[in-house]
Amino acid sequence: MKRSSVIPGAAPMVPLWRQPRVRALVWQVALVVALLAIAVWLVTNARQALDERGMTSGLGFLFNAAPFALGEAFFSFRPGSEYIDAIAVGLGNTVMLSLLSIVTATVMGALLGFARLSRNVLVAGLAGAYIQAFRNTPQLVQIVFWYSFFTLMPGPRQSWSILDLAFASNRGLMVPAPEDGGVFLAVVAMLVVGALLAFGISRLADRHRRRTGRRWKLQKVAEITAFLLPAVVTWLVAGAPSAWSVPELKGFNFVGGATLAPEFLAIYFGLSFYIAAFIAEIVRGGLVSVDAGQIEAANAIGLSRSDLYRKVMVPQALRVIIPPLAAQYVSLVKNSSLGVAVGYPDLFSISNTVLTYSGRTIEVLCIMALIYLALSLTIGAAANVLNRLVQIPER
Amino acid sequence: MSGPASFALPTHSPARASRIEVRGPLAFARSHLFPTRTTGIATLILGAMVAVALWHILRWSIIDAVWYSPDGSAACRTAMGACWAVIAEKYRVILFGTYPYDQQWRGVAIVAVWLGWGVVSATNWLAVGTRLAGWTIVYVGSIVLLAGGVLGLEPIGTDLWGGLPLTFVIFGGTVAGGLPLAVLLAIGRRSQLPVVRLLCVATIEGVRGIPLLALLFFAALILPLFLPPELSVDKLIRAEIGMIVFFAAYAAEVVRGGLQAIPEGQDEAAQALGLGYWLRMRKIVLPQALAIVVPALFNDIIRAFKNTTFFSILGLFDVLGATKAALQDPEWVRYGTEGYLFVFLLYFLICSAMSRYGASIEQDNQSRLRRAV
Repeated sequence: MKRSSVIPGAAPMVPLWRQPRVRALVWQVALVVALLAIAVWLVTNARQALDERGMTSGLGFLFNAAPFALGEAFFSFRPGSEYIDAIAVGLGNTVMLSLLSIVTATVMGALLGFARLSRNVLVAGLAGAYIQAFRNTPQLVQIVFWYSFFTLMPGPRQSWSILDLAFASNRGLMVPAPEDGGVFLAVVAMLVVGALLAFGISRLADRHRRRTGRRWKLQKVAEITAFLLPAVVTWLVAGAPSAWSVPELKGFNFVGGATLAPEFLAIYFGLSFYIAAFIAEIVRGGLVSVDAGQIEAANAIGLSRSDLYRKVMVPQALRVIIPPLAAQYVSLVKNSSLGVAVGYPDLFSISNTVLTYSGRTIEVLCIMALIYLALSLTIGAAANVLNRLVQIPER
Repeated sequence: MSGPASFALPTHSPARASRIEVRGPLAFARSHLFPTRTTGIATLILGAMVAVALWHILRWSIIDAVWYSPDGSAACRTAMGACWAVIAEKYRVILFGTYPYDQQWRGVAIVAVWLGWGVVSATNWLAVGTRLAGWTIVYVGSIVLLAGGVLGLEPIGTDLWGGLPLTFVIFGGTVAGGLPLAVLLAIGRRSQLPVVRLLCVATIEGVRGIPLLALLFFAALILPLFLPPELSVDKLIRAEIGMIVFFAAYAAEVVRGGLQAIPEGQDEAAQALGLGYWLRMRKIVLPQALAIVVPALFNDIIRAFKNTTFFSILGLFDVLGATKAALQDPEWVRYGTEGYLFVFLLYFLICSAMSRYGASIEQDNQSRLRRAV
């Protein structure tokens, strides 16, 4: 066989179709053309199908009057309002339900995660049993179970009484509520603000102590004041309303208090209890991941048990906990769409109603999907920011 | 003033008793339940509460329960406890849905084969290839048996399929169809070609950002609009496509984790030997990556099993949908709690078994790694 005479220094002639760059370009152009062709084919089909059924398209329908009524939840909807209002009500209900469930699931999950690691076998065993039971069953079965549980409860006259303050019956859970709901919400919001202030003060005090070696004498007092002051001031400014409305059986139903409908309870319990089991496992994994040497060192320098958790274990565990925790939050928000199974008016079930009444299947489903996508991406972005804050800076 | 010459004690210190580890149930209870007085009291209070709760549960579920109610739900109406008679009455509907009554032996056969092969697969008696080949035969066999129309079996439309066989078939299809797609998406996401990479990232992140229910509605409601009328696809298959895509998007991220764990040198060495892209993937990269991610994939597989319940919202009769339908019966509608507890237990047993198996693979993997080091 004859050797090809290659001139040293000159590039050997590789045929065009064997050059990686050319091949890559050809493949990608072919892929794009094929996808475009499929897209055009699909859209033509859809166009034809819509024309045959005499259906129109476009987003103008959003401002037409919607002829349906919706169940009561956080936000209510009057029949005759525009479709876009209905979707906004759904979004509001989904967000409120998700926030409430996220808080509940996080608190429960954190407690369960710590309990799972308890040296007390009874506590650890109970937590373990809960986690196994709620992790290994479908969320939808749990939601449907809770719904059937609450709707099959006895009527208001034979309701289960909890200290004569709250009543559980087939109408849902009646709980005492403050007469002035607006002030109550403002006070709760101010408590959150106070907690943030107190946290800020403790960070400042820590920094001061690290710089000078001295503690602030009044740190505890300042923190407690900062926590309570905004709420108390708000309450006093509003005229210090203290009346609570307690549900009371009158005739065939309860009056007074606030009603948590079976639909809400079912989806709320279903979302919180299921995700709590997953969060418990994440918290447990995070705590276990803290290096044993860190704990031994903390014990050796005589840190108290609360300081061991607060200053050593939790900050290190958070780095491991936050990314999977955010994934669970996304999963919770997405699965709030299961409200449709029990008739809770969340974004998904309202979109379902809207598409039935308006006939704009494609538009409504796309709007709904985009809103969920935006919610998921928001949580993801927030988690990324938080994650950057808790990372230990490497030198 | 000078200090003492030595700080050491001038005398011998008394010998300390060796730490004798006390064993036995009493010592265990002492260290794990009553280490200090306060925790001991807390344990007692908690224990008492658990005991009371367990007693109530026991009384409701066993002692006062009605197990058999021959004439309708009459016996249940006066009972204080659970009405398990609803299960005795409705188990055929719960387990087999609306499948024709006299043909339900096919469902029994399918469930038996799935459980049997599942147990065999969980052991190490057979090679992995044999187990997978067996699953292929089991899966195809299940569909043929459900559909009928061959070997003198009466053909039965997919609208009548239901219960546990349907749940198994949906689940099997999701995993069988989703895993290859997941692998393709994962290697596409790491591709050198920007267009391929972009497409895969958009698919994965887009699908992961929307609820499974939305995806199923897309598949069920919009897909038929976009396909020409002569290409109409069965509702069950349309929903299955949604399930497959959702599973693949999640599993793709798991597989990507495995691909990232393989050292670059493996791929480079294969390149140096002159292997082409697909050959390198098939023979060098994927076998190693998939072996790493099997335990993590099991979480997704279990979730796929749990997600089969979403079909009940589309009006298909998987176990949950069939149970809902069974409990519509006005005679038994009041015993929904018992009915759903049964379904809860059914899913719990299957999912726990799978999760145990997943954990055991992880342990095997770790011990193998330790041996390798």
